[in-house]
Formats: sequence, C-alpha cells, structure tokens
Amino acid sequence: MSFTKMILIIISMVLVNNYPLAQFLGICPFLGVSKDLDSAKGMGIAVTLVMGLASIVTFPIQQLLLSCGIEYMQTVVFILVIAALVQFIEMFMKKNMPALYTSLGIYLPLITTNCAVLGVCISNTEDYTVAAVGSFGAAYVYAILQGFGGGLGFWFAMMIMAGVRTKLQDQSAIPKAFQGVPIILTTAAILSLAFMGFSGMI
Amino acid sequence: MEEVQKKSKLSILTNGFIKENPVLVLVIGTCPTLATSTSVETGLGMGLAATAVLVCSNIVISALHKLIPDKVRIPCFITVIAGFVTIVQMLLQAFVPSLYSALGLYLPLIVVNCIILGRAEMFASKNTMGDSALDGLGMGLGFTLTLCVMGSIREILGSGTWLAGDWFGLAPGFKGIPILSNFIPGMSIMTMVPGGFFVFACVMAAVHHLTRDKSKIRKDFGCSACAMESSCSPERKALESGACAVDEKTMEAMKIAKAAEEKSVAAKAAAASAPVSEKEEK
Repeated sequence: MSFTKMILIIISMVLVNNYPLAQFLGICPFLGVSKDLDSAKGMGIAVTLVMGLASIVTFPIQQLLLSCGIEYMQTVVFILVIAALVQFIEMFMKKNMPALYTSLGIYLPLITTNCAVLGVCISNTEDYTVAAVGSFGAAYVYAILQGFGGGLGFWFAMMIMAGVRTKLQDQSAIPKAFQGVPIILTTAAILSLAFMGFSGMI
Repeated sequence: MEEVQKKSKLSILTNGFIKENPVLVLVIGTCPTLATSTSVETGLGMGLAATAVLVCSNIVISALHKLIPDKVRIPCFITVIAGFVTIVQMLLQAFVPSLYSALGLYLPLIVVNCIILGRAEMFASKNTMGDSALDGLGMGLGFTLTLCVMGSIREILGSGTWLAGDWFGLAPGFKGIPILSNFIPGMSIMTMVPGGFFVFACVMAAVHHLTRDKSKIRKDFGCSACAMESSCSPERKALESGACAVDEKTMEAMKIAKAAEEKSVAAKAAAASAPVSEKEEK
C-alpha cells in the first residue's frame, strides 16, 4: 500500500477518469439535477456519501461471493445491497439529522438507480483484486478511495455544469430545436472536451 | 401514462420508436446510449441485450404485479431485472465473448438502466402480460434504433467506415464499408467522449425539429418520466414541480409568471404594469 498510489487514485477519479465527463456514468442526474448550484451541491454530497459507503460495504461482500464460488450473483447482490443501504441512510438521516435530511435526504431515493454507484462497486472488484494488489487491506483501502474519489469527481462536474447552466438560462439565444436537453448535452460535450486535457496526467 | 391503456396493439409496439422514444424523447437511459454508441456493432449488441432484458422483465413483472405489495415493489422489480441481466450476461460471456468484453461494465449496468425500471413502473405494473411484452419490444427496439443511428454517425465520422467489426463472430475482421475514408481522415474525437455528447445533442435536436407540434417534447427534466417518481419523497417533488412542464404552453405560462414575479420583486410599481408590457410584446 503506497501513499503515492492513494493520491493518484483520487486525482484520477476526480480529473482524469471523471465519471460523468470521461466515463459516461451517472449522466442522468448529471443532466437532470444540475439546474442550480444548490441542488447540484446537495446531489453531489449525497452521491459522494453513497458511493463511498457502497464501496465500503460491497468490497468485502465480493470476497464473500468469491469464497462461496457464486461470483455470478454479483449484479443481483450488489444492487440489492445498494438499495438497502440507501434506504437505511435515508431512515437514519430522517431520525437523527432532520436538518441534513431536508437538504440532502430528498436526493437519496434517486441514487439507487444512479449507474455511477453500481459502476464504481463493480469496477472496484475488477480493478483491485486481492491477488493483484497483494493484501486484502491494501485492496480495500484503494477500493474505498476509488469510491469516494468517484463521488468527488461527480460532485465537481455537477458544480461546473450547474454554474454554466445558471448563466445559460436567461441570457442566451438558443436555436429552437436545441432548447432544453440538446443545449445541455452540447455544454457537456464542451466540458468533456476540456476534461480530455487531463488525460495525459497519469 | 394512463392514456396508453386504451390503445391498439400496434400502437403500443410502435410507440417506442419515435413518439415516446425512450432515449430521444423521454431522455432516460442516457449512460449506455452515450457509452456504447461508438460503433454500430456495440450499439446493436447493447440494444438487443437491453431489449431481451426489457421484454422478459416486463412479462414477469406484469404477471406478478398483483402479488407484490405496493411498498416493496421497487426492490422486487430490481431483483427481477437483475436476475434477467445476469442471465443475459452469462449467455453473452459463453456465446459472444467479443461483445461481452466490448460492452464491459455497461452490461451489468443494464440493471440500473432507467428505461427498464421505468417501463416496469409506468407500463408493466398496470397492463396485461401481452401488452407489456409488446411495450417492452417496442421500447427496446426504439432504444436499439437510436443506438444504431448514433453508432452509424459516430463510426462514419470517427473512422470513415461503416459497419466494421466482427459481427458477433459471423464476419471476423470485417473492415467495414468505406464511406468517408477515401476522402478525409477519420475524426477520432467522434468516437471519444465529447463526440458522444455532441452527436447525441444533434440527433435529439433533429428529432425535436421533426416532431415539433406532433408529440410532447420534454423541454426540461422533471419528475414525470423518472422511474423513481412514485417512491420519491414529497419534498423533492415539490422542489422539482416547476420542472415537470411537458409542453410548450406550460413553459410559456411559467416563463411569463416567472418574469412577472421577478419584476414584482424588483419594484412594486413595475409589477402592476408587468402583465401589460408582456401582452404588448406578444
């Protein structure tokens, strides 16, 4: 387990392999909830939280599945675990942190179907297998960092997108056919073009 | 979606092609659309895999929807879908390994494809098994069609050829039909991430232009087509209720209302004259 590698994972997930802008994961909330900075912030924090916690929970489960020889059940088990986890976080927040719930909790039900969450859990198990990394502990730490890093990258992209969209709404003359979703996609295209500049970093 | 119930079998099938095309009109399932439309081959493979899952899950869910308690229906639907995704995943891995590795991560991610959960929630849990199967087939083929169109554009612009690929082992090493490669070098940006967003934007704009006045185009995202709509918390719905506009009239009305509101905040005296000035503009 090396400290450099841990830093590199975070940089890679936030800039180089940014989930919405470089890997096409989590596009639906990226386009749908980036209407203004407040909701982008709420969604970003909620996704970061859930992606990190989902990585923490699903990585040991994968080892369990492997030891039982039923790794083909991965998809079914992971999605159910994520759905249950999101439900638990929501219930916990509602009971113990009502103030946080009103600002973040409302985004939680949407996160179950966010493909970035299931995506990060599956790619954790592919990228950091115990055999390749050496020890379970190191692989586990890398997987957790990849989970939180992916969430941070998503949050970062959401904030940029929301910032651009608040400027887009009232001051621009958009062609009629491009109004609505197409102009948002064009914006995302230019943003992802900018993020391609990071591709040589690692 | 209640109005769908009384329609004929044919219109249920063709509904998904253009009028309610899941990707271009309802704007759901965007991640696999962008990620797997780099060539016609992967697009077609993804589309057919998703169609198979969609038809099977629609049939099973419409058969079971009376047995499933309302409160736990979303987890139940997800389990059914995940089961079928696993079956498709294992079949592809065994029989079409090249496609299995080309689709990679996006194959298990069919589980969280909003099209499948959305159709389960909006159609299959309210209709008969036959109708649900037809709806699944129509929506799936609409998805496949969109992927193939986008795949064609990206492949022709990106590499200059069309229909290149192994074609699931049927034509190994097929170089594709040269379309642009004799004239200009390929623009590889089109097969990369920005090209995906840009081609998607252009195809969607073309559909908006062609179907103007004929179908309900979503000007913005909202709760109406979201798969999680019924399980979503009321606070969030209230927050987003302004975004659920589906047609032009509502949008116009909202714009006017918003403008008037802003003016009233700016100055009370101006608020009184705001409706008058807007009528003059029209």
